[in-house]
Amino acid sequence: MKYEATIGLETHIMQKTNTKMFCGCKYEYGAEPNTHVCPTCLGYPGALPVMNEKAIELICKAGLLLGCEINPYSKWDRKNYFYPDMAKNYQITQADEPICLGGEVTVEVEGEMKTFTLERIHQEENAAKNTHVAGASLVDYNRAGTALMEIVSDPCMSSAEDALAYMAYVKQIMQYGGISNCDQEKGQMRSDVNVSVRPVGQKELGAKVEIKNMNSFAFIKEAIEYEIDRQTNLLESGGTVVQETRGYNPDRGETFSQRTKENAHDYRYFPEPDLMPVKVSTEQIEQWRSELPELPAQRRERYVSDLGLPEYDAGVLTADKAMADYFEETMKHTKNAKAVSNFIMGEMLRLLSEQNLNISDSKVTPEKLAEIISLIDAKTINTGGGKQIFEILFTEGGEPAAIMEAKGLAQVSDDSALEGWADEAIANNPKPVEEYKAGNPASINFLMGQVMKASRGKANPGAVMQMLKQKLDG
Amino acid sequence: MAELNKLTIAELSEKLAAGDCTSVDIVNDVLASIDANDGNVGAYLTIDREDALEQARVADGRRAAGEKLPMLGIPVAIKDLLNVKGQPCTCSSKILEGYVAPYDATVISKLREAGAVLLGRVNMDEFAMGSSTENAALGKTSNPWNLDHVPGGSSGGSAACVAADEAIASLGSDTGGSIRQPAAFCGCVGVKPTYGRVSRYGLTAFASSLDQIGPLTKTVKDSAILLETLCGHDSMDSSSIEMEVPTFGKNLPSDTSLAGMKLGLPREYFVEGMDPEVEKSVRDAVEHCKSLGAEIVDVSLPNAKYAIAVYYIIATAEASANLARFDGIRYGMRLDGKDPAELYAKTRSAGFGQEVKRRIILGTYVLSSGYYDAYYKKAQKVRTLIRDDFKEAFKECDAILAPVTPTPAYKKGDKTDDPLKMYLDDILTTPINLAGNCALSLPCGFASNGMPIGLQIIGDDFQEETILKVGHAYEQSTEWHKQRPSL
Repeated sequence: MKYEATIGLETHIMQKTNTKMFCGCKYEYGAEPNTHVCPTCLGYPGALPVMNEKAIELICKAGLLLGCEINPYSKWDRKNYFYPDMAKNYQITQADEPICLGGEVTVEVEGEMKTFTLERIHQEENAAKNTHVAGASLVDYNRAGTALMEIVSDPCMSSAEDALAYMAYVKQIMQYGGISNCDQEKGQMRSDVNVSVRPVGQKELGAKVEIKNMNSFAFIKEAIEYEIDRQTNLLESGGTVVQETRGYNPDRGETFSQRTKENAHDYRYFPEPDLMPVKVSTEQIEQWRSELPELPAQRRERYVSDLGLPEYDAGVLTADKAMADYFEETMKHTKNAKAVSNFIMGEMLRLLSEQNLNISDSKVTPEKLAEIISLIDAKTINTGGGKQIFEILFTEGGEPAAIMEAKGLAQVSDDSALEGWADEAIANNPKPVEEYKAGNPASINFLMGQVMKASRGKANPGAVMQMLKQKLDG
Repeated sequence: MAELNKLTIAELSEKLAAGDCTSVDIVNDVLASIDANDGNVGAYLTIDREDALEQARVADGRRAAGEKLPMLGIPVAIKDLLNVKGQPCTCSSKILEGYVAPYDATVISKLREAGAVLLGRVNMDEFAMGSSTENAALGKTSNPWNLDHVPGGSSGGSAACVAADEAIASLGSDTGGSIRQPAAFCGCVGVKPTYGRVSRYGLTAFASSLDQIGPLTKTVKDSAILLETLCGHDSMDSSSIEMEVPTFGKNLPSDTSLAGMKLGLPREYFVEGMDPEVEKSVRDAVEHCKSLGAEIVDVSLPNAKYAIAVYYIIATAEASANLARFDGIRYGMRLDGKDPAELYAKTRSAGFGQEVKRRIILGTYVLSSGYYDAYYKKAQKVRTLIRDDFKEAFKECDAILAPVTPTPAYKKGDKTDDPLKMYLDDILTTPINLAGNCALSLPCGFASNGMPIGLQIIGDDFQEETILKVGHAYEQSTEWHKQRPSL
C-alpha cells in the first residue's frame, strides 16, 4: 500500500510594532532581562490590556498580502493555561472570530507552481522567555505581551519541500510588507507543524501529530521528513499513529512524544471581557490596501519589462526586499540597470557573504555605487578599477573619486602611452602575432592582456584593442 | 472636640472653605475615632497615619494657594482591592500578604488630583467574594449598629467605616451588590455606577464584565460629589466610556419635589421569603415618593429571577481566569515546589480561602470543554434577556424603586455554613450588574431590632443624575440618614 502525508502549518510571526500588543512597553531584542515590563505585561493585580492599533494595521496588511478576507468584526478571547511564561496564566488571543479569514499563496516548488490555502490569521500576545539553569528557571518578561500573529494554513501540503517553499514565501512577503523582520534567530518566526499520514485514496486524514515551536527551516524540514517516515513505518507495520504533540530534537534528528490527546490541555476559551471587539471599516481596509508595497513577483516583472534586466537578475535582486530596495535606490542615481545588477550580484553578495553582513550594513551606499558606475560609463575608469574601488569602499569606506585618485585608477587613453605598451607587446610575443595574422582573431586577446598588465590595469581596454588592430591589420 | 469626623463632605467642604477647620483637623478627628472605635468595628486593615497627615498638610497647602476643589482635604477610606502606589493591596487574602502595589489605580490618581486624603485600607470579603465580609482572611469587621451583626459585603469595611464615622467617605466596588448591600446593612448611601462610567484600571478584578468602583457616603449629596471625582474616560481601560461627566453634586436640586417623575415598582421584586419589615419600609418609601409628586407605575422584570444563576456562572467564569495570576511566581505568597505545577498547587491551596476556591472551581467547571455551551454560553444569553427587561421597563419610567436585600443585616455566622443561602441575598442587586446600568442604595428605615433597611433606586444606563436626584429628594424629606449608631 502507498501512503501520503498531509501537512499544515501554524506560523507565529512577531510584528514590527514599537510597543507591545496590550501595553506601552517597547520590545528590544537582547535587552537586559525584565527591563521592558509594566503592571500589564507582568500580570499585576488590577492592570488592564489596551489594544495596539498598529498591530491591527500590520495583521490586516499581512492578511491583504496573503489574499485573506478582513473580518469587519473580530473579538478577543482568553486561553487559559498555567505556565510561568504567561504572567496572567491566560493568553489573550482570538478563538472563533479571527481578524483575517481564508487566503492563499502560490509558490514554486521544485519547478511546479502550487497553491496553498490559509484557514485564518489571528492576533495574540507573545509569551515570556524561560531559561532553565541548574536548580532554577528564570523568566524574562521583556518578550511577554509583544504582538504575535498566527498564520494557520489548511492541511494542504504534502512534503517538506512544500512546507519550506510556503514558509519561505510567507517570510519574504512579511518582510516586503514591513509586517515583520522574520528574523528566525531572534524568534520572530516560529512554526508548529501538523503532520499526518494516510493510505493513498483514503478520504479521512490520518491521526494528527503536532510538532511544536521550531524556528529553523532546516530543522523543520528534518522534522517533517522524520515524522512522515515514522508514521508511514508505523502504519506499514500494522500499527496506529497516536494523536499527540511532539518535539523535535535536532541533535538526534528525531521527534519525541510530549503530550498525548488524553493529556491535552482544556484551554477553556471564553470572550475577553477587558477588551472591546475589533471593528474594521471597509474604508480603512481600502486605505491599508492602497498602502501595500509592490510584491516581489510584481517587482521582478517590472525589472524585466521596464529596466530590461534578464529574468535571472530580476529574480536574484527581488528575493530579498532589502536588496531590491537597495537596487532601486541606486537606480535613482544612474540609468545603467545591468551595471547596478552586476555589482550587487557580484561584488556586493560576495563581500556580504564573506563578512557575514546584511546589505543594510554595507558602507557602499546606493549613491556611491551609482558614482562608481558613472565613472565606468564615462570611461574614466574601467570595470576592473570600479571593482577595486567597490571593495575598498566596502571594507574601509571613503569616496569613489578620492579612492580613484589615491590608487591611480584613472584609465589611460593617451595614445603615446598606449602605443609604447602595444609596440612592446607585439615585439615580445611573435607567436600570437603570427597566429592572429594567420586568421585566428582570438589571439589578439593575449596581446591585449599584456598591455593591460603593463598598464597595471589602467589602460582603456577599448582604446587598446583599437590600437592593436590598427598596428596588426596595418 | 469638634468631632469633624461626624460631618459630611458637603459640610466639611464649607468649613474648609470658610477657614473654620483644616484638613489636618479632620484627619486628626477621624484618626481619633478610629482609635476609639475600630477595635470593635474592625473596618481597617492598614492605616498609615503619618502619610495621611502629610497628605492633609499638602491639601491644606493647596487650599492656601487658592484651590477650591470639593474633595480637597477630605479623607477617604479605600477598599483593599484598589491599588495605591507604595501601599499594600491584599484584597483581604493571604495570597497577597506582603504585596505592595507599584502603581496607582485611575480612581486613586483622580482622588489625588482632587486633593482627597487617602486614609487607609478597609476590609472586604476575600477578592470581593462574599456578602458579609466574613470571608475576609486578614480581618474581622462588625456592623456598627450591632457588633454581633455582619456589615454586609463585600465592601463591608467601606460601609462600616462610614457608618461608624471612622471616615468621611469611602470607595467600594460592586460586582453583584457589593456596594449597595453593605450600604443598606450599615445605613449609609452607596452608588453602583453604570458599567464603563468609572475606570477599572487598578481595581483588582473579580469579574471584569460586572465590576464597578463607586462611593459609600453618609448622604446622597456626598455620593454625588465623590462620584463626580471618580468618573470619566480612561485610555487605560478599554471598557471605559468616552462621555462627558455631569457635575452630579451641583446638579442636585435644592427642593425635594419629584413632580413629573415616573418611578417604576417591579412586581417581581418583593420576593418570597422577604422580611416583612423590609417590605413595609420599602413600600412606605414608595408612598413617600408619591407624596413628593412622583407617579408610581407598575413594571415587570420577568427574567430577574434567573439573575443569581446567571451571575454565579459569569462571575465565577471570569474570576477563574482573573485569579489565575495569583500563582506565587511574581509577587505575594509563594510555597516552593519541585516544578511549577507543584508550586502553584501549594501556593494557591494555602493562599486562597474556601469561598474563593469554591468560585474558582465553579468558574473552571462552567468553562470546561463540553460544559461551556450549557452553562457559560446560555448564561450570556439570559444576561441579554435581563438587560432587555430593564430596557423595556425604562420605557415606562425614569427610575425603579426596589429593596436592596431581602433582609436587614443578620448575625455573624448565620449563613456561613450555607453558601447558597448567602448567594440568594444578592437576588435584588445582581440583575443591575448583569444589565450594566446604575443603582444606588440609601437608608429608608430600621427593623425592630434596630438594624438599618435600604431602598434601592435603579436607573437606566448613564442616568446616575436621575437616581441621585430621586435619592436626594427622598433623603432630604426624611430623617433616616441622620441617625447614627451608638458605639
